[in-house]
Amino acid sequence: MSHGNMNLTLKVWKQKNKDSKGKFETYDAKGISPDMSFLEMFDVVNEQLISSGKEPIAFDHDCREGICGMCSMYINGRPHGPKQGVTTCQLHMRSFKDGDVIVVEPWRSAAFPVIKDLAVDRSSFDRIMAAGGFVSVNTGNAKDANNILIPKPDADEAFEAAACIGCGACVAACKNASAMLFVSAKVSQLALLPQGKIEARERVLNMVAQMDEEGFGNCTNTGACEAECPKSISLENIARMNREYLVSNALSKK
Amino acid sequence: MASSPKLNSKIPEGTIENKWTKYRSTVHLVNPANKRSLEILVVGSGLAGASAAASLAEMGYKVKVFCFQDSPRRAHSIAAQGGVNAAKNYQNDGDSVYRLFYDTIKGGDYRAREANVHRLAEVSGNIIDQCVAQGVPFAREYGGTLSNRSFGGTQVQRTFYAAGQTGQQLLLGAYSALQRQVGMGAVKLLARHEMMEVVTIDGKARGIIARDLVSGKLERHFGHAVLLCTGGYGNVFYLSTNAMGSIVTAAWKAHKKGAFFGNPCYTQIHPTCIPVSGDHQSKLTLMSESLRNDGRIWVPKKKDDNRKAIDIPEEERDYYLERRYPAFGNLVPRDVASRAAKERCDAGYGVGTSKMAVYLDFAANTERYGKIEATKHNLHNPSKADIIKLGKEVVKEKYGNLFDMYKQITGEDPYEVPMRIYPAVHYTMGGLWVDYNLQTTVEGLYALGEANFSDHGANRLGASALMQGLADGYFVIPYTIGDYLSEEIRTKAIPTDNEAFVKAEKDVQDRIDKLFAIKGSKSVDHFHKRLGKIMWDKCGMARNKEGLTSAITEIQQLKAEFWKDVRVTGEANEFNPELEKAHRVADFIELGELMCKDALHRNESCGGHFREEFQTAEGEALRDDDNFAYVAAWEYKGDSSFELHKEELKFENIKLAQRNYA
Repeated sequence: MSHGNMNLTLKVWKQKNKDSKGKFETYDAKGISPDMSFLEMFDVVNEQLISSGKEPIAFDHDCREGICGMCSMYINGRPHGPKQGVTTCQLHMRSFKDGDVIVVEPWRSAAFPVIKDLAVDRSSFDRIMAAGGFVSVNTGNAKDANNILIPKPDADEAFEAAACIGCGACVAACKNASAMLFVSAKVSQLALLPQGKIEARERVLNMVAQMDEEGFGNCTNTGACEAECPKSISLENIARMNREYLVSNALSKK
Repeated sequence: MASSPKLNSKIPEGTIENKWTKYRSTVHLVNPANKRSLEILVVGSGLAGASAAASLAEMGYKVKVFCFQDSPRRAHSIAAQGGVNAAKNYQNDGDSVYRLFYDTIKGGDYRAREANVHRLAEVSGNIIDQCVAQGVPFAREYGGTLSNRSFGGTQVQRTFYAAGQTGQQLLLGAYSALQRQVGMGAVKLLARHEMMEVVTIDGKARGIIARDLVSGKLERHFGHAVLLCTGGYGNVFYLSTNAMGSIVTAAWKAHKKGAFFGNPCYTQIHPTCIPVSGDHQSKLTLMSESLRNDGRIWVPKKKDDNRKAIDIPEEERDYYLERRYPAFGNLVPRDVASRAAKERCDAGYGVGTSKMAVYLDFAANTERYGKIEATKHNLHNPSKADIIKLGKEVVKEKYGNLFDMYKQITGEDPYEVPMRIYPAVHYTMGGLWVDYNLQTTVEGLYALGEANFSDHGANRLGASALMQGLADGYFVIPYTIGDYLSEEIRTKAIPTDNEAFVKAEKDVQDRIDKLFAIKGSKSVDHFHKRLGKIMWDKCGMARNKEGLTSAITEIQQLKAEFWKDVRVTGEANEFNPELEKAHRVADFIELGELMCKDALHRNESCGGHFREEFQTAEGEALRDDDNFAYVAAWEYKGDSSFELHKEELKFENIKLAQRNYA
């Protein structure tokens, strides 16, 4: 079945499971339409592989509209590919040229072990959230919503931090595999709101401790995370988290 | 008409206003010590699953949560855009619990259960309170209060929102609450696990068989109760706005184990989606209903008009929703808006290369917003360009992410040209039949959120899915599950070497072996696409007897071919997305047949179910209340065999009437 007229060469990381050694395999992607998303291009390649009796490329994906955070791959050395502010599923083939060679790899980080091919294990993010990424309020304890007034600029800023989709591109982009942008986005969202202020100190200490335990690296302020974040989460969040952390750490030692 | 004796809806006595309050205060309780030894399995981690799991764990129950994604935060609730309804009346525009109840029953074309819908309206306000307390960053006004927007099928502003990412923010709130319980050890999280079978013992649900999607191993899990919070089945159409992993498998397994399936043919086709661009397409993308509040929908008045939208003068545009439905205009319910778009395109007035699209235009409101901003900023005699610039900033703040998404997918800039939109499959009102407690026809087996059939009748109103998912999880199941579990306090955990677990696991293993043994020539996706085409052509926006009859035969043939010729690559004991898809598509094929049978038996039109033989002179859905004011609950009776049971719908508080949005 022909779709379009782009022909590409893919070099894709293939790895059977977390314990095996991986290597690049070369595939032809023929008849690709510029209107396809990158993942739809993979669908076409996989369909061809299956019909010739070969194993398809395994990759994580779900919503295919840029919000679930499931898709995760380096494309030509950049998390989510060449365009800024989009996830792989929202990257369209019109961003490439006929004849291009495209190199595709999974996220590379000790804290994100490869499961198979391009799929990695990001459960470390869930454990960081479980360590403190919440407001401790049980169901049924809430008062009327408009009894908590929040200045619009604060609400907007919290919302921008909360836009993080937890995809892990920030970690993948960082030469130290630091998770500071991810953690700071949640710390900031809750620190900016009165509901979250009450336990802000314990939150930042607990989340940072879990982040360190998971094996993420340190932040050396290169800003690569912000540049590659598909939701353009701001570096200011890291600055805010550092302030929160220093104050909380100092107070906890008193 | 009397309801089938097999269906006890357990609707409490009393007036509609008092049913829930009284029931909630008298339903049996489980004391804290006993809660610690009662185990609940929650399948799915979207709004319904995450909120239920967190709330039940807070109460002291032992909870396990299963999700097939790598994290509970990825559940498809995350993609809901526009908002969540609640009868807060913060806008002082006359909203009330009754009005939300009324709008929902009417919007559902009088095919929902009154008592459930009233309860939903009653708890709607608590949802907003709970979410705000969790730190969900809803949109706010300059005074610090919460902001509201308009949605379809209603004349008040009761929709709370967080830009075009409301589902994401609500889900992250529920996910936070869930992770808090995981951190405290009250919930055990099993991500990358898919439910493959329900285990029943003596007619009661006692656990599940799950497949660890990384190792491929099958696992047995015991529970005193099992909650299916597994979403809808729109992907039976292959192309829909659902995520790739939105599947019917868990609900279908439950159905085959005795849970009746309610109103399977009630499907919501959402009017504002980005049109199909080619046969490579794997999914369709929604443009939130909130855009209809600020946009105007139109087509050219002239057939096959090939001019660009901006070159078509105002008087040559047909704002057909405003023309046909002056009272609600662009804010008619989804089923009405979708059919109206189809009618215009079928009649030859469609736009774009495929001619299967209509315009959604923001020019008028951009200008209106610009003028308001200019006044706010004390700009006197602003130029038109200044007004448009200011207006675009307002539109960007409200819908920026949606406009970006549209541009990314289509390559066109919606700030400059109108969007092209067309209806697409979005939501399924049908689902597992549940009683007032949200329990299915299998004791101890519950269905919450989109997975059940209960609250939306034949058409769901916009911003009501988020409301229902969270209502079920936060404020309904924590109470109603006591009715069952209070009788289970003497049941000790059943060892998973029990023969029922052994047999259920063997059944799953046999099916996996069978799939690999076929070694056919066609991929799983090949069959899924063919199923989708049959369903869209014959059980989609318009249905008729002839089409449905032939669809049933075609699906049966497709099923036979699937089991002879599908090719599943890889191995069972590894991460194998092709094997996962094979199971899911096999279930979709069986469901598709039931949907067509349900659509064929319902000789009326209502909401999203439009039978061409049953329409008014104006082309509106024509109900038959004398013969069809019931829930169709189907019992599985073996291969391609289903028995119909009816639950009579009694309208005691709202008078049955022909829906009128004109």
